[in-house]
Amino acid sequence: MTSTTQTRAVTLPAYSHGIGGRMAASMSTPGGAIFLLAAALLVATIIANPNFGDPGVIIRFLGRTAPIAIAAMGQYYVIVAGEFDLSMAAVIAAQVVIAGNYIGEDTSRNVTGLVLMLLLGAFVGLLNGLATTVLQVPSFIVTLAMMLALTGLVRHLSGGAADAPPNDDFRQMGRGVVKGVPVVEVIPYPLIILAVLCAAAVWLMRRPFGRTLIAVGDSPDAARIAGARVWWVKTQAFILSSLAATVAGVLLVGHAGVHPTVGRGYEFAAITAVVLGGVVLGGGRGWVLSAVAGAFAIELLFTLLTVLDIDATWRDSVRGVIIIVAVAVAARAWTRGRRTGSATPSNSGTSDPSPTTEPVPGTNTGGI
Amino acid sequence: MSDITAPPPALSKRLGGLTATGIVLIVLVLAVVLGSVLTAVEGRNFFSTGNLRDILAATSVLGFIAIGQTLVILGGSLDLSVPFVASLTGVVAAGIMAGETGNVAPALLAAVGLAAAIGFVNGVVVSLLHVHGFIATLGMGLIISGYIASNYQGNTGSAPRSFRLIGISFIGPIPVSTLIMLGCALLAILLLRRTRTGHHLYAVGGNPEVARLSGVRTSVPIITAHVLCSVLAAFAGLLLLARLSVGNPTIGSQGQYDLMSIAAVVLGGTLLAGGKGNITGTIAGVAIFAVMDNVMAVMEVAPFLRDVVRGAVIVAAVAVYARRSIDRRPARFERPGVLDAALQEAR
Amino acid sequence: MRRNHLKGVLAGAAALAVLTACSTDESGADPGADETSDGASSDSEWFAQADFDQQREQMDATFEGNPDEPWLQYIDGPMTDTSKWKTDKPMKACFANASISNPWRQTGWITMNQQLKVLEDNGVISEMETRDAGDDDNKQIADIDYFISEGNCDAFIISPNSTAALTPAVERACETGKPVVVFDRGVETNCATTFIHPIGGYAWGIATADFLVDNLEEGDKVVALRILPGVDVLETRWGAAKKIFDENGIETVDYFTGANPEKIKSIITDEITKGEVHGIWMDAGDGSVAALEAFEDAGMDYPVITGEDEMSFLRKWEETGLNGLAPVYSNFQWRTPLLALEKIAKGEEIPTEWVLPQEPITEEERDDYLEANNGMPDGHYAKFGGEDLPGYPDVWQERQIP
Repeated sequence: MTSTTQTRAVTLPAYSHGIGGRMAASMSTPGGAIFLLAAALLVATIIANPNFGDPGVIIRFLGRTAPIAIAAMGQYYVIVAGEFDLSMAAVIAAQVVIAGNYIGEDTSRNVTGLVLMLLLGAFVGLLNGLATTVLQVPSFIVTLAMMLALTGLVRHLSGGAADAPPNDDFRQMGRGVVKGVPVVEVIPYPLIILAVLCAAAVWLMRRPFGRTLIAVGDSPDAARIAGARVWWVKTQAFILSSLAATVAGVLLVGHAGVHPTVGRGYEFAAITAVVLGGVVLGGGRGWVLSAVAGAFAIELLFTLLTVLDIDATWRDSVRGVIIIVAVAVAARAWTRGRRTGSATPSNSGTSDPSPTTEPVPGTNTGGI
Repeated sequence: MSDITAPPPALSKRLGGLTATGIVLIVLVLAVVLGSVLTAVEGRNFFSTGNLRDILAATSVLGFIAIGQTLVILGGSLDLSVPFVASLTGVVAAGIMAGETGNVAPALLAAVGLAAAIGFVNGVVVSLLHVHGFIATLGMGLIISGYIASNYQGNTGSAPRSFRLIGISFIGPIPVSTLIMLGCALLAILLLRRTRTGHHLYAVGGNPEVARLSGVRTSVPIITAHVLCSVLAAFAGLLLLARLSVGNPTIGSQGQYDLMSIAAVVLGGTLLAGGKGNITGTIAGVAIFAVMDNVMAVMEVAPFLRDVVRGAVIVAAVAVYARRSIDRRPARFERPGVLDAALQEAR
Repeated sequence: MRRNHLKGVLAGAAALAVLTACSTDESGADPGADETSDGASSDSEWFAQADFDQQREQMDATFEGNPDEPWLQYIDGPMTDTSKWKTDKPMKACFANASISNPWRQTGWITMNQQLKVLEDNGVISEMETRDAGDDDNKQIADIDYFISEGNCDAFIISPNSTAALTPAVERACETGKPVVVFDRGVETNCATTFIHPIGGYAWGIATADFLVDNLEEGDKVVALRILPGVDVLETRWGAAKKIFDENGIETVDYFTGANPEKIKSIITDEITKGEVHGIWMDAGDGSVAALEAFEDAGMDYPVITGEDEMSFLRKWEETGLNGLAPVYSNFQWRTPLLALEKIAKGEEIPTEWVLPQEPITEEERDDYLEANNGMPDGHYAKFGGEDLPGYPDVWQERQIP
């Protein structure tokens, strides 16, 4: 990873290489390296237990990782805009209760229920966004308060938990598979949904909205002077985040069922995934698919710890070390990338007028 | 060098005669007035000894952690590992004390030393390895929690009666623990106002690059803040040990001290991005939480609904002075909005 | 800079020392906890052979009282004389609750409130003031202290959040001379008027592990799904079960899941991929459905499983016809503290340690419980024991948290 950076420092422009060279180059950025890390974890898991090398097992694994990957994608929009969303787990929990209590056994409510859930998701995102941009309350606090309020309200109204899981038709979205596929046997529906959302995200980030979002995260003042409606761009990011949490909730209620703990810890897991994906807290840098790869890496790590029979109590410690080390390495890579003036991933390569030369803790200037 | 790192000027900059800290204090007074009315409606006395003790005892633990959190946030970082540091120091100290008064001193030293080491690592990872405080301390919290879960199953050790007195002694209605916490607050205020490290902390939190170009070694104040934050979390852990009489490996997480301390700091008027804020506001923020919780408990508000009220109050209160900071922005960077025009008219 | 920082720390330490010293003089008036270090809390292992043996015995003991009202049954033993508290006036009860943060506690809390209505109507209890500690030891200690000084309480009901930490506060409540009823998790003092609990965690572990051992072969693998470490009523369940598994050559691997079905499903899926899983052991039943669905999704046969009397497990069990057992941590115990106050008001003697029956639901009894609890939500517990209370069944079906 470091050696490639060295050679690249000699040959300057990113476009002087072929596709292969450019791919190798992007692998040397934090956003690219996460793919290598995920691949390495997968190989390690397969070596530790060859059963995990079975294509059917891998595809099912990818399927069950879809909810956290989708949540990470949602969190990406918010983080790249320089904000946080701590309310994701609360949104998921609320959606699970709606799925259980409103839809329940009644298949005729599947569509209206889904629409209702998406509307609620968008509304929560709108509230988060407006409180952050219009009321100028830091998003960390806004979404923390949203987390408290939404969780409390849902628990109070539902008596702590949903009555029952929604009907099997509704759960198919999170649990169903396309059968009879060659090689991999099945393709889980969540994986298809994830693939569609990934494609949509890549497209969206290439659109003016995506460019503006990154510009806003990099320097809100500069973006404002350039004519961007900062408040609306950020609010849209929050709406996307809550919608992503909603989709994750729909998949989770299918995959796992109803329980007050469904989605617990998703906000921190999603933020960690995004940061592992080389996206800088404070905004302005990072590729959306790297966030998805970050989610895969985290889930693979869990599985690897299971395969290696690591003591249940020590798992947290291993995770903690790996998160810190990975982000520290990424931070160094960003620093080097900055110094050589090129190694940003092709998709986030904005002509950013960042006043700083390296990512420093606390560059979160957004909304304050 | 010390010229550019002036003491907290931003908040003393008067606007409409009120500082952010002033507003926080007004909110606190309002909370107390409202609280005493609501308590009276329930047929109770807000200012009775028992009630004041309940409120003040609730401020001590969160207060220690929030003071440390303020220092870290002023420097532009965060500390999510505080609950685990509190738990860890509690169980370690309880184990060393083992019920013997003679062991209290070594236990305190070990707890504070351990916390300082953790804070040092946090600070180094944040300032030298350039890992965002959020991730660095989230990871540190995970590491500690794994260590605790592997080595301490359930309650452990025990505190001698002499040590427990810290948790159960009162001077009038005021718990001794609250006085110790206020003492720490005073020291933190002195650190921020009177020492170079304090001034540099503001500078680094405000703009690390400018601070660096001005010759400040940016890592020193950050590491100092993290060390102090962990040490204060250790004080909280020790106080909890005194209250519980045994080391409880999950006590820090039980109180949700990580997020609540950050909320208290911001409620107290400190900017989450760093560089602006003070300890007085934080203490007021902690007190607002304590009054709010006390009143809701007296009114027997359903437990889940309390979180709804907490959430609403946090946003509403922070919005009050967050709005004010907008007006402070230099006009030339702002397209004049309708509101601004109206304000101009009004003046 | 370094010097300044050091100065700050030193000054802090000095101030701490000074203030600590000062408190010792001032606190003479405060009763505090008079019990010095007895070291009782120091065992960090979760297995005590004596308790294990005692609970195994209690599982076969005869219970006094009417089997139709198991919440009033008890094992014969020492009784507390309550004649000094005999009164005709309605009592004010003060309830320091650990939390209502999981479905088991929520169900119990609903039942308790319906029982309260009956006793309020009977004029036994004037009102019950409740403080909820939100799973926080420190908060619950403050709650109890508040009740002592401000609550105007005639009786205390305490459901401790943890055993050793709440002991001094419970002792302070006892020092008021009012009746103190402790239930669910215990404390390390016998000052309470009565301590109400089902047989206990060991009994759970014994019943479940015996069942799995009977239905599995030596060398079979059991995956243990545990909620979280460090809670005594949960740790003793696993402590007892692990001992029995080890003795019978059952291979085990245990996980902490936080009862999160997503985590449970991932763990089981990975375990199935690693190798065959023959049995699932749970220290609480919520999430059992997710564990079973992991087997369905992998196209495997169901394992032998022990869940809980939680409705979702009972329903899944019936639906699939798998081989299972529903251990019970008697939820009806939430009625007993208030009924104990009724007996105290009458001056009747009550058991000092009130051990309630704790019987697993077997396959033969399952359908009766399913029928009796028809229409209840998934997070409801079959042995909630509120069928004769007002509001049945709507209050539990709608799960109105008071």
